[in-house]
Amino acid sequence: MLGLDKKDWTLLLIVAVLALAAPFILNPFPAGSELAQFNAGYPDLMQRFAIFGIFAIGFNILFGLTGYLSFGHAAFLGVGSYSAVWMFKLLSMNVVPAILLSMVVAALFSLLIGFVSLRRSGIYFSILTLAFAQMSFNLAYSVLTPITNGETGLQLTLDDPRILGASATADGSIPVTNLFGLEMRSTFELEIGAWLFQFNAGYYLCAVIMLLAFYAAMRIFRSPFGIMLRAVKSNQQRMTYTGLNPRPYTLAAFVISGMYAGLAGGLMASMDPLAGAERMQWTASGEVVLMTILGGAGTLLGPVLGAGFIKYFENIFSKINDNVLHGWFSFLPDGLEDLLVSIVHPFVGKGWHLTLGILFMLVVIFLPGGLIEGGQRIVRLFRKKKAPRGEDADHHPKETPHVAE
Amino acid sequence: MSNSKFTRRGVLKTGAVTGAGLALPTIFTASSASAFTNEPTGASVTLGFNVPQTGPYADEGADELRAYELAVEHLNGGGDGGMMNTFSSKALQGNGILGKKVEYVTGDTQTKSDAARASAKSMIEKDGAIMITGGSSSGVAVAVQGLCQEAGVIFMAGLTHSNDTTGKDKKANGFRHFFNAYMSGAALAPVLAKMYGNDRKAYHLTADYTWGWTQEESIVAATEALGWTTVNTVKTPLAQTDFSAYITPILQTDADVLVLNHYGGNMVNSLTNAVQFGLRDRIVNGKQFEIVVPLYSRLMARGAGENVKGIFGSTNWHWSLQDAGSQAFVKSFGTKYGFPPSQAAHTCYVQTLLYADAVERAGSFNPCAVAEALEGYDFDGLGNGPTHYRAADHQCFKDVLVVRGKENPTSEFDLLEVVEVTPRAQVEYAPDHPMFAGGSLGTCNPGA
Repeated sequence: MLGLDKKDWTLLLIVAVLALAAPFILNPFPAGSELAQFNAGYPDLMQRFAIFGIFAIGFNILFGLTGYLSFGHAAFLGVGSYSAVWMFKLLSMNVVPAILLSMVVAALFSLLIGFVSLRRSGIYFSILTLAFAQMSFNLAYSVLTPITNGETGLQLTLDDPRILGASATADGSIPVTNLFGLEMRSTFELEIGAWLFQFNAGYYLCAVIMLLAFYAAMRIFRSPFGIMLRAVKSNQQRMTYTGLNPRPYTLAAFVISGMYAGLAGGLMASMDPLAGAERMQWTASGEVVLMTILGGAGTLLGPVLGAGFIKYFENIFSKINDNVLHGWFSFLPDGLEDLLVSIVHPFVGKGWHLTLGILFMLVVIFLPGGLIEGGQRIVRLFRKKKAPRGEDADHHPKETPHVAE
Repeated sequence: MSNSKFTRRGVLKTGAVTGAGLALPTIFTASSASAFTNEPTGASVTLGFNVPQTGPYADEGADELRAYELAVEHLNGGGDGGMMNTFSSKALQGNGILGKKVEYVTGDTQTKSDAARASAKSMIEKDGAIMITGGSSSGVAVAVQGLCQEAGVIFMAGLTHSNDTTGKDKKANGFRHFFNAYMSGAALAPVLAKMYGNDRKAYHLTADYTWGWTQEESIVAATEALGWTTVNTVKTPLAQTDFSAYITPILQTDADVLVLNHYGGNMVNSLTNAVQFGLRDRIVNGKQFEIVVPLYSRLMARGAGENVKGIFGSTNWHWSLQDAGSQAFVKSFGTKYGFPPSQAAHTCYVQTLLYADAVERAGSFNPCAVAEALEGYDFDGLGNGPTHYRAADHQCFKDVLVVRGKENPTSEFDLLEVVEVTPRAQVEYAPDHPMFAGGSLGTCNPGA
């Protein structure tokens, strides 16, 4: 059905269930308990999971299939955000036109950058994309200040025209983003015993769009076009010798993944109508590379997992301060408590990068195929006899050169 | 090629899943029953302290966090009570806020609008924070203030000096105790004219964001009104760490004053570069070349070391002030941490007390009631003399200090000397002053 075989349907259904039940799954600990610190089921973070999931899925279409490592994808995300916010400023607070425009603008922008950058491959391609992204960042940061509002970030104001909507609501505040009247920030709270679950309209919009994006990526992976992209990765020279020109394929993949990034940027602005230049910085581009490699480049589910993993660390571990640590270890004698706190201290709070870095190294060294490979190893451990090794060859290409030749 | 197998069961299943998916967003639109966002129902109330722990303003952020922790301790009845004893309002009892124990969560703004908003959002959505405070950058303050307005919680701005925070980007839910760029200009310019004369040529290096822009505008306006001319104004990126490329062009001009509209790590680096290039030894037009840092803080003075000697600037507060409030604050901060507080720490501590006091006086945590209690409020005993929270733009009005880097510091903290305390009347302006025009407070939003 819908052009998917049974195995893909299972995968899609699993992702759908995970996405739709996320408010439950991510809030395993009762509110108010010590462990509530680790709950991730609040709207902002769930939205980020879905949005960066989309971003990583798109990046994976380029990197996972063709092997072209772009270091400038954040530029498309940033361009998408700026277009969406301008749509909110000029047209209306409905998210549909904003998201559509952000995809169109990101597509045009990636066509331009891709056309130039794809004339080279390997490390030169990476450097070119990095250079373009850094240029866009610097433009957004200073030269294009009238359009981007520089470091302060593009924000909505009360005197924006919003020709199809109202500049200000009746009570004199800035209207909020909505989907045909359904406010993105409206949240239904459900209390079951000690647990509090939040169902946010914006999150469900992101989740549904992520499922669509996931489905589209699945179709691309399984299509003849996807096979061509894999051919680019495995041996571009041989492809040229057989009379095929790889450039249209790579350019198409580049534009598609740029549109995914634009979509993610548009969604980000729809959830929180602000666009800042730091979204385009090279660190943001590097982050999506990390997400993809951490989860498993070339697999369908990997990038989504990697995105969730990194965002979880960024938002949860960075908020553990000494005060919280003392709370955890308060049952210990004073000296021991202080010792433990000082040992854990460098790894949490502002030291979350350190923890993430160590985990990233461990994954790359011991699970070169990313978290997906870890999952596969566990599955294999349990059904050693039933399934032959490497049944999921489709999901994980054997050779993964990190930079295409 | 097509292998579609439409079975009755398959179609039903797909239909049900799609239907549920489409219906989900519309089912869950009912809002909860509380009267305003994050109404505290238990025995405690949570405040969100959102400060830069990394990035160019990390030093200020760390000091702000210390001040917040001290304020929470005092509100909960711990320590010696600090400025609660000298505060003109006696509503605070040391039993938390409205009898609820004060708890807090912290976050890292990274001095980036995006990260700051994400952090503030998680405080509001996950931790149930009823008030957000902090920020060491006006870009961040403006972004977080906008978020708090949308979410329906109070924002008590920390260190933010841009005119825009209570100017074109002002919000009904946001309040600022710190002074602003206009006040710096109004206080500093007369002193500069007195010291350096009325015929100076100024060259500006400006941090390229809302604070830098408005400070440059304010200083240029204030000094030109006294006869100075402005040779050039150059914007520098906030993330810049080496300013030599921006310093060398100054040597080609006939400018005889360099104004550094930089703060935190930026200022430390640009001032050090300027001194290394020998600017302070230069004689231009027969006059000694001078450097001015309009917004000064002790943390920056410490970072720049020897280079700050004799350099003028303005500051919101300094620990050497002799009034009872300042003394009490310095004493309790020093007892707890072993060194005197910075101006960032002071404004954050005061903002926390002001919020708690407003809640007590209003008798409710409702942001609208709190805002009403703060608007037009006159108070004293918090270190700046008699202070007024103006209702029209939620800006505090108080005396401004003009300071100078000390020639012979007696300790590593004794780096600045107060040259003049500019009276409040001299730095006041109309709410619709051109530098502050273009925005509107809107109406208070209690959320929910």
